[in-house]
Amino acid sequence: MRVVWLQAAGCGGCTQSLLGAENRSGVLAQLADSGIELLLHPGLSEASGDEALALLRLAADGSRPFDLLCVEGALLRGPNGSGRFQMLSGSGRPLIDWVRDLARRAHYVLAIGTCSAYGGIVSSGENITDACGLQFDGDQEGGLLGSEFRAISGLPVINVAGCPTHPGWVVDTLLSLALGALGVADLDAWQRPRFYTEQLVHHGCPRNEFYEFKASAQKLSDLGCLMENMGCKGTQANADCNLRPWHGVGSCVRGGFACISCTEPGFEEPGHPFMETAKIAGIPTSLPVDMPKAWFVALAALSKSATPKRVRENSHSDHPLIAPGIRKSGPK
Amino acid sequence: MNRHLTIGPFNRVEGDLEVRLEIAAGRVASAEVSSSLYRGFEHILLGKHPLDALVIVPRICGICSVSQSAAAAAALAAAAALEMPANGRLASNLILACENLADHLTHFYLYFMPDFGRDEYRACAWHGAAARRFKATTGAALREVLPARADLLRLMGYLAGKWPHSLALQPGGTTRAVTATEKVRLLAVLREFRAFLGATVFGDALENVSAIGSADELAAWAQGRPADLPRFIEIAGALGLSRLGRATDRFLSYGAYPAPGQSDACGEHLFARGIWQGVGQPFDEQLVSEDVAHAWLFGERPLHPLHGETRPLVGEFADKAGAYTWCKAPRYDHGVVETGALARQMVAGQPLVRALVAAEGGSVLARVVARLLELALVVPAMEDWVCALIPGEPFCAPWQLPEQAGAVGLVEAARGALGHWLRIERGRIAGYQIIAPTTWNFSPRDAAGVPGALEQALAGLPVGEGESIPAVVQHVVRSFDPCMVCTVH
Repeated sequence: MRVVWLQAAGCGGCTQSLLGAENRSGVLAQLADSGIELLLHPGLSEASGDEALALLRLAADGSRPFDLLCVEGALLRGPNGSGRFQMLSGSGRPLIDWVRDLARRAHYVLAIGTCSAYGGIVSSGENITDACGLQFDGDQEGGLLGSEFRAISGLPVINVAGCPTHPGWVVDTLLSLALGALGVADLDAWQRPRFYTEQLVHHGCPRNEFYEFKASAQKLSDLGCLMENMGCKGTQANADCNLRPWHGVGSCVRGGFACISCTEPGFEEPGHPFMETAKIAGIPTSLPVDMPKAWFVALAALSKSATPKRVRENSHSDHPLIAPGIRKSGPK
Repeated sequence: MNRHLTIGPFNRVEGDLEVRLEIAAGRVASAEVSSSLYRGFEHILLGKHPLDALVIVPRICGICSVSQSAAAAAALAAAAALEMPANGRLASNLILACENLADHLTHFYLYFMPDFGRDEYRACAWHGAAARRFKATTGAALREVLPARADLLRLMGYLAGKWPHSLALQPGGTTRAVTATEKVRLLAVLREFRAFLGATVFGDALENVSAIGSADELAAWAQGRPADLPRFIEIAGALGLSRLGRATDRFLSYGAYPAPGQSDACGEHLFARGIWQGVGQPFDEQLVSEDVAHAWLFGERPLHPLHGETRPLVGEFADKAGAYTWCKAPRYDHGVVETGALARQMVAGQPLVRALVAAEGGSVLARVVARLLELALVVPAMEDWVCALIPGEPFCAPWQLPEQAGAVGLVEAARGALGHWLRIERGRIAGYQIIAPTTWNFSPRDAAGVPGALEQALAGLPVGEGESIPAVVQHVVRSFDPCMVCTVH
């Protein structure tokens, strides 16, 4: 499968993340060995200037067939619908025009990261650049290509959302497509591959015991649960970050800070400071998914009253003050 | 007759770049460097809660992500007159160093060296070996480098949760306290990386590389040595890369890696803060200004960034006479400066780098050597920082955000001097201006018509009759390791 990769108005971080994929020969060898050829990638290919432009022209007019169009970064429609906030260098044309032309020729179109999926951080605030995703504008259908768009394969845009996206999400998606093993039924309501969004960031969270007892962190670097005070959305965020750690060992909550639900449309405007939990009458406004509010309130009250001393004290410290007991107290 | 050449999309740099050359008598007569993407981060930040900057600014750039976080954290800490505990400083330094070193590797192997595998060099004796080893996306070196880079990034997994785009760097320190056994594992990560550098990049112990003191010693050391820096030195010798790409030879460094217990602003750094122009001078932040004479931006006269603004000319922006980029023209004391690993090591007084510049000025060779030399210089410092962590002691100091403040955060990213100028009013961000390393290096002309550092470095380069993307131009541009997404944010 041949890939044309474009970097729209993003940060390039999804490519940087992908390069960190853990594989004994590196991700480029892994893709090559799986029959995936990078025809053009602005950060990685030898071709530059006229050579790159010639290749893009052939790909766009259909004379150089390719299979996958991967787009990283938001699509800038501004100013005034002209797309001129991002011109493809050397071409005198707005990048969004290239994306429209190339998308028509692709068997599959992939949004790599939340920016190209939904608009992401670049679309926050007043959005003076009129940034959007390929097929969504925030949580509204449409985006650059329109809700009716289908790639030649019949699939809508595949949104490998995340800010950045996890290298494993991209590799699994590409390898599944190469095997013909990813169809429309494998995408969720936001067109994300279900293999990584049918888990919650909460699953596998190392702070689960603190969560169970509502033993909450009160300041940065505390070990306690980050949901009640620190803005954590792990109980609502669709991603497998704690089942498939980052760099083999990490994740946001493992790093000591809140999950900001970066795989979700609109994450960039939470309506409250990112690192504070929004509350009404002391109760977080965003509760764990699938959990009725009354149950949450009742369980929280009960579990707070039953918090073991160890869990309570450790939750307010940056290192464990009390070790868990040992069931058998020592050799007999 | 003069020939005009537009090179774009200029690939294998981070972000969008177009270079326009005017060629007369086989040489570049003048160059215009254009940044063709505008996203408006400084505008996005307005009105936000000041701590939200820590979520937003790393997303300016996926390769300088932690550097952007560090600059924002430094500005917020300065606003609150906050000092971080020793552990927090050590962990912050480790996180920033990890990004900077990973970026140096990425630049050398993925962006810079592939040009020597290009077909136009096929007549050169070294080409076959260089192409096999460094060819873009398929070179043999990539099968060793990407796994080594991924292994190094485990340090980010432990200390920062993930890379890029972490919230671990905070004004008061870091969010992730390290346990005694994690110290052991961090040292193991660094030891593996040291072994990779010794075997693959240098073919020698890091300490021996740091001890090389002159161009002659460097050439003698490199000869026949089966490793990648020596291979580059030999190619550079054959192509005369020590005589290509000289810019202003006026160098700026904000100082990298503050010592624990000292603030960013006035403390000691592993690599000193200052200006180098034949001699070292102290850096005075008040002498920084930004000019928009040749940018598609509103503005009349140069402004200090604390009072600066970024407003795009929409609608008829192409009509502004003389404008050719979204990039502002930062100036220090009205003059152009170069920043990056070369500048950092010039200011810090690194003997080999000083010797290379004394002999032939700033060049493609000097920039690349300075970058790889930092791998040899910083890994031992990182090992010391890990050893100095004290589990059980605090990593993050609590603090209160002021309602009103004006503050600056200055750090060194892989690509050089990165500054954030922040104004807080009524507890919200009222002004946020960023000057990134490549804003300095790839600056357009200023109101006086003085070209930026790269524009100067390109002038005079030889360009052949039929060449549309001259290799020498590519070497010089990439020798700066540009990050265009940071440049215009």
